[in-house]
Amino acid sequence: MYYLKLIVRNALRHKLRTGLTVLGIVVAILAFGLLRTVVDAWYAGSEAASKTRLVTRNSISLVFSLPLTYSAKIRQIEGVNAVSHANWFGGVYITEKNFFPQFAVQASTYFDLYPEFVVPPEQMRAFLRDRKGAIVGRKTADIYGFKVGDQVNLRGTIFPGTWEFVVRGIYEGAEARTDTSQFFFQWDYLNETMKKTAPRRANLVGVYIISIASADRAAEVATAVDRTFKNSLAETLTETEQAFQLGFVSMVEAIVVAIRIVSFLVIFIIMAVMANTMAMTVRERMAEYATLKALGFGPWHLTLLIFGESLTIAGCGAAIGIALTFPVAEGFGKAMGKFLPVFNVHAETLYMQVAAGLIVGAVAALVPCVRAAHIRIVDGLRNIG
Amino acid sequence: MKIPFSYTLRNLWTRKLTTLLTAGGMALVVFVFATVLMLEEGLRKTLVDTGSYDNVIVIRRSAQTEVQSAIDRAQASLIESQPEVALGADGERLVSKETIVLVNLNKRNSDKPTNVMVRGVGPRSLTLRPQVKIIAGRMFRPGASEIVAGRNAAERFKGAGIGETLWFGQREWQVVGTFDAGKSGFDSEIWGDADQLMQAFRRPIYSAMVFKLNDTAQFDALKARLESDQRLTIEAKRETVFYADQSDALATFIRYLGVTLSIIFSVGAIIGAMITMYASVASRTAEIGTLRALGFRQSSVLAAFLLEAQLLGVVGGCVGLFLASFMQLFTISTMNFQSFSELAFSFTLTPAITVKTLLFAMVMGVVGGFLPAVRASRLRIVDALRAA
Repeated sequence: MYYLKLIVRNALRHKLRTGLTVLGIVVAILAFGLLRTVVDAWYAGSEAASKTRLVTRNSISLVFSLPLTYSAKIRQIEGVNAVSHANWFGGVYITEKNFFPQFAVQASTYFDLYPEFVVPPEQMRAFLRDRKGAIVGRKTADIYGFKVGDQVNLRGTIFPGTWEFVVRGIYEGAEARTDTSQFFFQWDYLNETMKKTAPRRANLVGVYIISIASADRAAEVATAVDRTFKNSLAETLTETEQAFQLGFVSMVEAIVVAIRIVSFLVIFIIMAVMANTMAMTVRERMAEYATLKALGFGPWHLTLLIFGESLTIAGCGAAIGIALTFPVAEGFGKAMGKFLPVFNVHAETLYMQVAAGLIVGAVAALVPCVRAAHIRIVDGLRNIG
Repeated sequence: MKIPFSYTLRNLWTRKLTTLLTAGGMALVVFVFATVLMLEEGLRKTLVDTGSYDNVIVIRRSAQTEVQSAIDRAQASLIESQPEVALGADGERLVSKETIVLVNLNKRNSDKPTNVMVRGVGPRSLTLRPQVKIIAGRMFRPGASEIVAGRNAAERFKGAGIGETLWFGQREWQVVGTFDAGKSGFDSEIWGDADQLMQAFRRPIYSAMVFKLNDTAQFDALKARLESDQRLTIEAKRETVFYADQSDALATFIRYLGVTLSIIFSVGAIIGAMITMYASVASRTAEIGTLRALGFRQSSVLAAFLLEAQLLGVVGGCVGLFLASFMQLFTISTMNFQSFSELAFSFTLTPAITVKTLLFAMVMGVVGGFLPAVRASRLRIVDALRAA
């Protein structure tokens, strides 16, 4: 108790300096938390992936499609529960800046495979009845103000022309990590239009989504699917949904790694600032420490005082920084909603923030402690700071 | 009268640990700032070098990228026969009708798959892109299942080196050469015979066309005529503009990320400088009083402390820039969001970036040192002398 009082009094001796240091730590811990959350957001797709879903695509790359006839063949394979298919549409809503993912999906089966997309039953019925119907995620609907019954026109980049849709439903995410930024419409609408305008490109599917009975059979089913289409004009590559999503992240890995490195750099920067504060504090108080030593306090007492002060300041900063992480992350997530559809602060991030605060406090006190503990009383008393 | 420069310098020297820590924090911030600028410059340079001003690229209207684009043979012939198209030495038109697809290849070091652009080119492609030179092996023979890989692609992807083979489109493709494209985007591509690739991928259409202009001034008129032609559904762009547009999203992303990080981080460094300078003022109160009593003006004291802060910034800036300059040895490769394919580019340091970075460091120092310097200059002589 007595030590605690001394530590707090010491910390408050230079209010301006302590205040500035705390402010610096707040900024650093906040930045660290945000950067970790940005990295986590890249992995949101793979984290939300179901273990019982497989994705089959053309083995050359995603820009090549698969024949519609594969659907029936895949369904025959043992272990397959249900099959649906989807095409990436890549349309532009008014201007290129308004990005949200759009998929043409086989309307009758797709939403059975994705129970995490929750659509009210009457909206689902309206969607199935309307060939030009569309179902939009809550996030995208909020950003662009889409309401049920609204007409939405997209300019096709892969499928030429202007495409008209009517919003028939808005889906909510079953969990916080569910991506609610997507726009779904009927694959039949796409296919029938392509039959008329570009028959060569009709009856082609971007990816098949396969639902399997149990996650244990994923590898076995995936191999069976790929074996079926070996040596055909369109060979397939089947992987778990998680691997499929991670494939996208690995393509921008360099950016993710860079953000990770930078998130640790900010901790180093603040460590230098904090260490500087402690070094100055201790240098100014050398005479006091010598007095304490002369009174009979051992080096361990001094160490405790200095460590305690450093940890108190770092702890205060870290606590405020962590508390601020939540509102700031929410605002940031709203502003960046188009690019990072799922933006949640993970528990792991909080632990790392706490650890970072403690490490900064401890490391900063290291050199000053050694100096104070080793100073000879005579030299210390002579010291004028 | 001015306070001697050596006074400022010695003050920093006396508090070595403090100076080192403050400048070190600044150096890290400067390092991040410079690295981001270098990255953006590297990306810009790579894509600007990819295009040449006299070349025109034609893609399907609103296709945005070559991969999404499609131009059928009838349209291609129409465009080829335009009088503005330049003639080569052999009297042939300088046109390249190309087919561009993405192929999923695994990286050599991590085995992770990524999209690589495979470009089917014609006999005139090399004339249109003078920067592309075969550096090892030989060019592919027209009509054979042979391909050549760009320098970065050959290095990074399994099966893309000379003598290796790649399997796609139901065929085995022999890699017979490596080409260098002068650090342009082509370095990340794989090239083959357009007709062979169209066969293999069962695509009877071209993706895009590139041709050279007779006279570069004719571009606007030609573009207007082609785009208003009822038989064509295309868009014509200068090659330089096309490639600059291709990197727009990635460059913007890097810039925003970099600016945000630099601002946040510089707050930390400025606070560090402020703490140091306040302490420096506090511990030298008597000294300042003496200086003022000796006849140095308030403005001189202010200038001396500002200079000290600035010097801290310059030291941090130089160290940070020195560290950042080593980043030039690295090449970064990531997916370009727009073309959906892997693009390799390196950190590029230019004189403009050096100046910007040092200015940034100095501004950080001045901002951090301003309030403490004002406090120092406002001290009353009597009080200051009594403080000792």
